[in-house]
Amino acid sequence: MPALPLDEAGKYVAGAYGVFVTLIIVYVAIMGAKLQRIERELEELAELAKKRLERTT
Amino acid sequence: MDGTLFGRGLRALSAASIVAIATALALIFFYAPIDADQGFIQKIFYVHVPMAIVALIGFVTAGVFAIQHLRTRDPSYDARSYVAIHMSVIFGVAVLVTGSIWAKGSWGKWWVWDEPTLVSFLIVFLLYVTYYPLRYSIEDPERRARYSSVFAITAGAFVPINFIAVRLSESLVHPRVLSATGGSMPGEMRFTFLVSLLAIALLFATLMKLELTSKHARMQLKSLRRLLEAEDEERSPASSPLATVPAKPQ
Repeated sequence: MPALPLDEAGKYVAGAYGVFVTLIIVYVAIMGAKLQRIERELEELAELAKKRLERTT
Repeated sequence: MDGTLFGRGLRALSAASIVAIATALALIFFYAPIDADQGFIQKIFYVHVPMAIVALIGFVTAGVFAIQHLRTRDPSYDARSYVAIHMSVIFGVAVLVTGSIWAKGSWGKWWVWDEPTLVSFLIVFLLYVTYYPLRYSIEDPERRARYSSVFAITAGAFVPINFIAVRLSESLVHPRVLSATGGSMPGEMRFTFLVSLLAIALLFATLMKLELTSKHARMQLKSLRRLLEAEDEERSPASSPLATVPAKPQ
């Protein structure tokens, strides 16, 4: 096949790089959600530890 | 995984990845010449090929971690092996999608079934996709880690064998990138390709470290919760405040 003209090839190149960027963004978003869950869980544990300390003192 | 801090050096690695990716993108679009044969669409090469190489190396690395796990019984090696496979599968998806886009633009078809390079990558990818049901069908953590390690070693050994078999076969349309003579790439293209490869490898390492750090933090939290629950039950089994907090699903 002959080489595609720039405007035609540009769409494919943008699509391929778009996949790459989307991959990173989706991954960062998933990691962000995981981090939020860890933070929530940590908060719960800190609250419980505080309550226990209040009970013992 | 006690005593292992996966997050150490994560910030430096992330910064290095960002700098390398920015440099690679600048080289791809402002330095590397337009391919005389394929034209502008060849720019896909700089993201597609490095991701394929890094994904395949990731699969082999997972096998090496699995050997370490079976030798030492250290669960941190099992975690490393799992995360290496997980990241390689994600990169594999990107390789297949970017490859299909490039194929459509260059060959006029989304996929070519009689091309050994494409089909062999798909086989390797599908092989590793079966790792997930295998791993999560075993409940006992120790047995799960052992079986997963055996899978990672066997499949990891298959990757270089598959690579050699493809090299020995006759390519129909897919170009060969890695060759003893360095291929037919001019200097600027080769340099850009190597920088892109480094950038993708750094990205892989960063994401792998991030995933391991997050996994480790969750496991530490789980064991802390268990410790507090046990201590609380010891004190007053009936009125444990921890009993009211539901455990998070894993």
